[in-house]
Amino acid sequence: MKGKAMIVLLGLLLALVLVPAAPPGWGQGGGRSMTVTFKDDVSTLDPAIGYDWQNWSIIKSITDGLMDYEPATTTLTPHLAESYAVSSDGRTYTFKLRRGVRFHNGREFVASDVKYTLERVLNPKTQSPGAGFYGSIQGAKAFADGKAGGVSGIKVVDKSTVSITLERPNAAFLHTMALNFAHVVPQEAVAKAGADFGHKPVGTGAFMVKEWALGQRLVLVRNPNYFLRGRPYLDQITFQVGVEPNVAFLRLQRNEVDILGDGIPPADFVKVMGDSRLNKLVAVGDQLQTGYVTINTQVEPLNDVRVRRALNMAIDKTRIVRIINNRAVPANQVLPPLMPGYDKAYTGYAFDREQAKKLLAEAGYPNGFRTTLFANNTDPNPRIAQAIQQDLAAIGVRVELKTQAQSTVIEAGGTKGQAPLIWSGGMAWIADYPDPNNFYWPILSCDALAPGTWNWAWYCNRDVEKMVIEADAMVQPGQAAARAAKFQEIYRKIMSDAPWIPVFNERRYTMHSARLGGVRGIFVDPIHIPVHYDEVRVIGK
Amino acid sequence: MTGEDLRASRLNTHIFTHRGPSSVGTNPLATSSPSSTARAAASASARPGAVRPPATLWARVKRHPSAVFGLVAIGVLVTVAVFAPWVAPYDPAEQFTEGLTIEGRPLPPNARFWFGTDLLGRDLFSRLVYGARISLLIGVVANGAALSIGTMFGATAGYFQGWLGMVFMRFTDLMMAFPALILAIALAAILRPSLWIVALVIAMVNWVWIARVIYTQVLSIARREFIEAARVVGVPTPRIFWRHLFPHLLPTLLVWGTLGISTTVMFEASLSFLGVGVRPPTPSWGGTINESQSYFLEAPWLVAFPGMGILVTSLAFNLVGDVMRDALDPTLRGHGP
Amino acid sequence: MTAYVLRRLVQSAVILLGVSLLTFLLLFALPADPARMIAGRSATVETVARIRTELGLDRPLAVQYARYLQRLARGDLGRSYAQKVEVADLLRSRLAATFYLMLGGIFFELLIGLPAGLLAAVRRRTRTDRTVMLGAFLGVSAPQFVLGLLLIYLLAYKVAVFPLGGYGTPAHLVLPAVTLGIAGGGWYARMMRSAVLDVVHKDYVRTARAKGASEPRVLTRHVMRNALLPVVTMVGLDFGTFMGGVVIVESVFGWPGIGQLAWQAIQIVDIPVIMGVVLVSAVAIMLGNLMADLAYPLLDPRIRYG
Repeated sequence: MKGKAMIVLLGLLLALVLVPAAPPGWGQGGGRSMTVTFKDDVSTLDPAIGYDWQNWSIIKSITDGLMDYEPATTTLTPHLAESYAVSSDGRTYTFKLRRGVRFHNGREFVASDVKYTLERVLNPKTQSPGAGFYGSIQGAKAFADGKAGGVSGIKVVDKSTVSITLERPNAAFLHTMALNFAHVVPQEAVAKAGADFGHKPVGTGAFMVKEWALGQRLVLVRNPNYFLRGRPYLDQITFQVGVEPNVAFLRLQRNEVDILGDGIPPADFVKVMGDSRLNKLVAVGDQLQTGYVTINTQVEPLNDVRVRRALNMAIDKTRIVRIINNRAVPANQVLPPLMPGYDKAYTGYAFDREQAKKLLAEAGYPNGFRTTLFANNTDPNPRIAQAIQQDLAAIGVRVELKTQAQSTVIEAGGTKGQAPLIWSGGMAWIADYPDPNNFYWPILSCDALAPGTWNWAWYCNRDVEKMVIEADAMVQPGQAAARAAKFQEIYRKIMSDAPWIPVFNERRYTMHSARLGGVRGIFVDPIHIPVHYDEVRVIGK
Repeated sequence: MTGEDLRASRLNTHIFTHRGPSSVGTNPLATSSPSSTARAAASASARPGAVRPPATLWARVKRHPSAVFGLVAIGVLVTVAVFAPWVAPYDPAEQFTEGLTIEGRPLPPNARFWFGTDLLGRDLFSRLVYGARISLLIGVVANGAALSIGTMFGATAGYFQGWLGMVFMRFTDLMMAFPALILAIALAAILRPSLWIVALVIAMVNWVWIARVIYTQVLSIARREFIEAARVVGVPTPRIFWRHLFPHLLPTLLVWGTLGISTTVMFEASLSFLGVGVRPPTPSWGGTINESQSYFLEAPWLVAFPGMGILVTSLAFNLVGDVMRDALDPTLRGHGP
Repeated sequence: MTAYVLRRLVQSAVILLGVSLLTFLLLFALPADPARMIAGRSATVETVARIRTELGLDRPLAVQYARYLQRLARGDLGRSYAQKVEVADLLRSRLAATFYLMLGGIFFELLIGLPAGLLAAVRRRTRTDRTVMLGAFLGVSAPQFVLGLLLIYLLAYKVAVFPLGGYGTPAHLVLPAVTLGIAGGGWYARMMRSAVLDVVHKDYVRTARAKGASEPRVLTRHVMRNALLPVVTMVGLDFGTFMGGVVIVESVFGWPGIGQLAWQAIQIVDIPVIMGVVLVSAVAIMLGNLMADLAYPLLDPRIRYG
C-alpha cells in the first residue's frame, strides 16, 4: 500500500512539474504596454489620501491638478489651468481653466469641481494628510471646524474661472496647487464609491483603472480622451505587487518585467553599474532628498551649539556613502542640490576630528559623553547608523543604538525629550514640492513644535522663523531671485545653529528594460516619483 | 500576526524507543554494522554469561566516535565563546575602511580576514567568535527553558486530562494564537533591550509547540499497561512521572533540544531585528545571517559561515544527546520499565 | 464525540475572545500613533487630532473594544487605516493563496520527511541513516529566505523550469511549497524515525511477524498507524501556522498570502488589519489542533475523550 501511495505521489509531482510554467513574458503584455514591479501593495489611489512615494506618481497619472511640472524638471507650469493671475497684494490667485476636459466618467470638468475638491481635502471626515497645506486659504479653518458650510476663500467666478484667496501671501502656494491633494475629482463619483473611492478613483488623468486584484496587480489603461494630445504613449500599465526586489531583478533580466519599481536591489547594485550591458538600462537622477541626523536641541548636552557643531565635524560622510555603494553624494547643507535655493558656495562643516574634540572640550566635555541614536531597522539604515556610531566614538561620544520599527522611531522623535539623535534614513525628508520652504515648515519650524511633531530636532529659532515668513511673502515672479537669496541666508543661519547633521543626498537609480524610452530623465523624475508614467514610450518591440 | 517566527520554533517528537528485555536480539531492523553489533552485545548483557556493559557513563559514551566528535565540537565552541577576546584577531565592532572595496562591497575570505568581511567592513571571523556567546546562550538556555515549560504543561495535561487538562491545553491554544511579534515590538519599546528579554520572549513563545506534542505522547503512553500497573499498585504520582513517564519523553526533548537550536538562534535574530534583543553592533550568528540574506548570491560567506556554526552546534548536541539517551536508557541498564 | 466537539467549539470561541482582547490591548500599548502614521509628515496638529477623532481613537479603550466587538458580531472587520479597504476584503483576497500554500507546504513536508524518516529508521545507524539525518538538520538550519532565493535562482532563472515567483498556476506553487517542505521536512523525518523505532519493537509487531506477515505489511499495518500519531500532531500545528501566513516564503516568491499582509500592517500599525489577521490565524490554529485531536482515537483506540 505504501509503495503504491509513493508512486501516486511521485506521479502527481511529475504532473505538476510538467504543467507548463507560465510562458516567459506573460506579464509584459507586449505591444505598447509595460509592467512595473513593487514589493508593497498599492495602498490607495484617492488623491486626497494617498501620500506614499509609491502611489504618488500613479495618482498623478489618474488625476490632474491645476498646476503641474514639466516632465523631469522642477519647473512649474499650468496644467488643468490654462493660465493664472496673482493679485497685487499677493493673496488672491485667479485661475482660468481649460475647456473641454472630461473626467473618466464622461462629464466635463468645471470650476465648481475645484471648489469641491479642495473642500473635500479640508473636510475632517476625509482624513486627508494634506489638509494642512490649504489651511491658509481664507475660511478654511471655519470650514474644518464645522462652523461654515463651505470655504469662503474659494470662489467659483464662472464655469471656467476659479479664484482662491489666502489669509496671507504664500510664495509656495502654486506648488501646493500641483500637489496630489489638489487633484480634481468629480463629486458624483466620490458619492457613488463612498469609502471605496480609493480603489475606484475617477479623474481627468492620462490613465484609468481597469483592474485591481488586491495584493496581486493593478492595471491601468489609457484614457483615449486625455486632454493632452499624444499622451500617454502607453496603452496599458500593469503594476505587479508583492514582488521581492531580488526576484524582480531576475525577472527584468529575463524580460518579464519592464521597470523595477523599488530600484536595483542593493546586493546587485555594484554588479549592475559595473556591467556595460546592464548599466545602460539604468537611469540616474537626483532627488529632492536629504539624509540627515537630527540633533535634539532640547536634550543635554546637545543643547549646546558647540557640541552640535562638533558632531557635525565628526562624521566621515565619504565612508558612509561608500557603505551604500556610492548611491548618494555627501551633503553639507539642509537643501538637496536640485532644490532652488541650494547654496553651491556653502562648504558646511569639514570632516575634522581634532577640531571636533576641541569644540567638545570647550563646551565642557573633554572626555565626550553618552547618548542615544535611533534608526529605522530596514537595510541599509542600521549599517549607516553603526557607521555614524563609530565616527562619533572616535571623538569620545559613546552612542547607544536603537534600531526599531519605523513607527516606533517616528513616535520617539515626536515625543519631547525622548530621542537625542535620530538617523532619518528610511524616513528621510523628500520634498513635497520643489520649494525651499518645504524643508523648513514641517521639520525645522517653531510652528511645527507640538507632541507628534516631525521637527525631531525640536529646533526653534524665532529670528529664522520671521525671515522665512518674510521670504514666503515674496510672491511676485520678479522677486524670485531675491527669495532664493533670502533662503540661502536662512539655511546658512540654520546650519550655523546645527540642529542637523546633513549626511548625504541620495540619487535615484531606476532600472528599466531596453524596450522602454522617453524624454531624458522621466525614469528619475524628481516630482513624478519614481517614473513619469505619462511620458514613457516603447521604443523596442 | 505572522506565523513565520512561530514557524521558526518547530516541534518534534521522538518517541523513546521502548526496548524491553524480551526484544533483545530479535530486532530485524538492525542491519549488521559495528555499532549495532556492539549494541546487541550490550543489550545481551541481560543474559548470563554475556559481555558486561561498560560500567560508567563516560565509558559508554567513549565507545561511540560520533559522540566524542560532538563533545569535542561543543567543547571547542564553548571555549571559543568564553575566550573570545583572545581568540578573535580583531575587535568585532571595528569597521575597516579597507574592509570594503571601493564600491563598498564586502571582501571574500582572504589572508587578513579569514572569513571575509561583512557589509560594514568588519572581520567576520571575529564577529562569529563573539557571536558564539549569544547564540550558544540562546540556543541552549532559552531553548531549554522553553522545553521545560512546555513539557510541564503538556505532560500534566496529558496525564491528568479532565478539567485540568482542558484548561492547560486551551491555554496553550491561546498562547499559540497570540501574536508574538507584536509582543516583541511592544517590549522593545517599553523595556531596556537585553539578551535576557530575548531569552524570556523565546521561552514564552516557544513552549507551546513542545507542549502540544508532549501532550499527545503522554496521552498515548499514559494508557499503556505499565503505567496503569504502577498506578494500581499505588506508586505516588510524582514517582510515576519521573521514573516511568519522563524517560519516555527524553528522546523528544533531546531532539527538540538539538533541532530547536537552529530555529531558536534564527528567532533571536528576528527579535533583535525588531529591537528587542542585542543592540548593534553586538554580533550574533542569526543576526549576521539576517542582515546579509539578500546579499546571499553576491556574498555567500556571510550566510555560509554563521550557518555552518549553527549547524555544527545543533549536530554536536544531537550526536552527544543520542548516545547519552541510549546510555540513560533504563532498559539497557537492566532496570525494567 | 459530538459533545466533545461542541465543547471544543465553545472553548474556541472563548479563546478567540481572549486573543482579540489581548491583541487589542497590546496594540494600544505600542508606542505608535496610527493617526499620526496616516496623517503623514506634513500634517498639522489639528489634522492629526481630527483624524484621531474620525477613527475613534480618542475614546477610552474599553469603548473602542466594545465597538469593535459590536461590529465584529455583524461581520464587519473594519477598514484598513492605510488602504481604506474593508479588512474582510483584504483577507478574502489572500485566503485562497494562503490555503493552497498551506496544502502544498504540508504535502512536501510529508513527501520529503516521511519516507526519509522511514528510511533512516530501517537503515538505523548506517551511513544512510546519518546522511538522512544530516540532511534533516541542513534543511531545518537553512534560512528560508536563502533557500527560496537559491531555488528560484537555480530552477527558475538559470533553467526556466518554474516561473520566477508569482501566483496563478500549479507551477507557481511548486517552488514555494518545496521551500516549506525542505524547511519543515527535517522535523518530520526525525520524528518519523523515532516513532518507527519506538513501535517496531512492541509485542504486537513481533506477533504479526511471528504469524508470518510480510515485512511491508508489518510496516504499514502496524508500525505506521502508531508512528503517525506525532505526525498528525505536527500536521495540525502546520495547518494552523501556515494559515497564519509564512511571510518569508511569501515575500521571496511573491505569493499573495496573509503573511505579507500581516507584516506590512505591523510596520505601519494598521490596527484593523492586524486584528483581522490575528483572528484568522487564531481560528486556523485552533481548527488545526482540533482536527488533530479528533484524529488520534482513529489511530490509537486507547485514546478516548470523556
